[in-house]
Amino acid sequence: MICREFIELVGAYFDGELDAGAQDEFDAHLACCVACSLYLDSYEKTVELGKAAFRDDPAEEPPEDLVQAILNAKGPRAR
Amino acid sequence: MVQHRLPSNYERGASSNLETDTANPEKKRRGFDVTARGHTRLDHVRESSPAPWRSEDQALIDRLVAGDEEAYEVLVRLHGGRLFACARRLLRDEQDAKDAVQEAFVSVHKHICTFTGNAPLGAWLRRIVINHALMKLRCRKRQREECIDTFLPTFDAAGAHERTPHTWQESTDRLMERNQTRRMVRAMIDRLPESHRTALMLRDIEELSTREAARVLGVSETAMKVRLHRARQALRTLLLEARLAVDEETR
Repeated sequence: MICREFIELVGAYFDGELDAGAQDEFDAHLACCVACSLYLDSYEKTVELGKAAFRDDPAEEPPEDLVQAILNAKGPRAR
Repeated sequence: MVQHRLPSNYERGASSNLETDTANPEKKRRGFDVTARGHTRLDHVRESSPAPWRSEDQALIDRLVAGDEEAYEVLVRLHGGRLFACARRLLRDEQDAKDAVQEAFVSVHKHICTFTGNAPLGAWLRRIVINHALMKLRCRKRQREECIDTFLPTFDAAGAHERTPHTWQESTDRLMERNQTRRMVRAMIDRLPESHRTALMLRDIEELSTREAARVLGVSETAMKVRLHRARQALRTLLLEARLAVDEETR
């Protein structure tokens, strides 16, 4: 496996979607390629940073104007 | 004004992503400790057997189906805040987000009988809101998207990295301790081409499964995976270019 092929598989690897054969090739390349291990580390941290940047948004009550708009907008029920 | 009662197990986040997590049980990824990453929602499911949301959801649904309008207000106040936040993340516009949530609730009110209970009520509602938000996104005047290729890694003729990739020396926890990190990461996500930003938001932030995200975007699962991978690669480049606390030695 070459670096270009490895990098294409990083997403599937990260999401646990590699089949066994591809996983073995991926692991073998990772074990001997410093550049790709650096890339993988930065990829994982990127995903974590993305998640963390939206985590713990303050729990908000819905805006009252929205609640009232919703309550006023309800149409007839489908039966 | 109706006094609404919040069921005791409806703490923030408890119900919003259960469908995704239960549909995706502990995928083993070599080299990464999945459970150590704070998938507390999954823990919530495991610890609370039998699933507590079912009886709470079902009681509310039964009242709604019976035409109890007070129950409708309970539903709106119980889930409206989270749904509004979700729509706002996707649309990045307060009024559009309100419109999307309102339209979603009109649809919910009309079709409450179609709620099957297969997914938690919160997840079902969120999917409806996401659908309405994406409809709004599609209606917006299409802007020419920046080509994602400029943010992707480059290789030499032999397929090796042209330059040694950069990474961060610090843990993400340490990086997030800095005040500007959160704002900067959000700003860089906003710089992604819209179709890629949406893919990343749906999968990594809203935590839809690949199948769900592909379905709401109307693309194949393969296309969804490629789009997500490109989005993460581009975000990585943008964050590194923004010099998000990159250790100088690695540059």
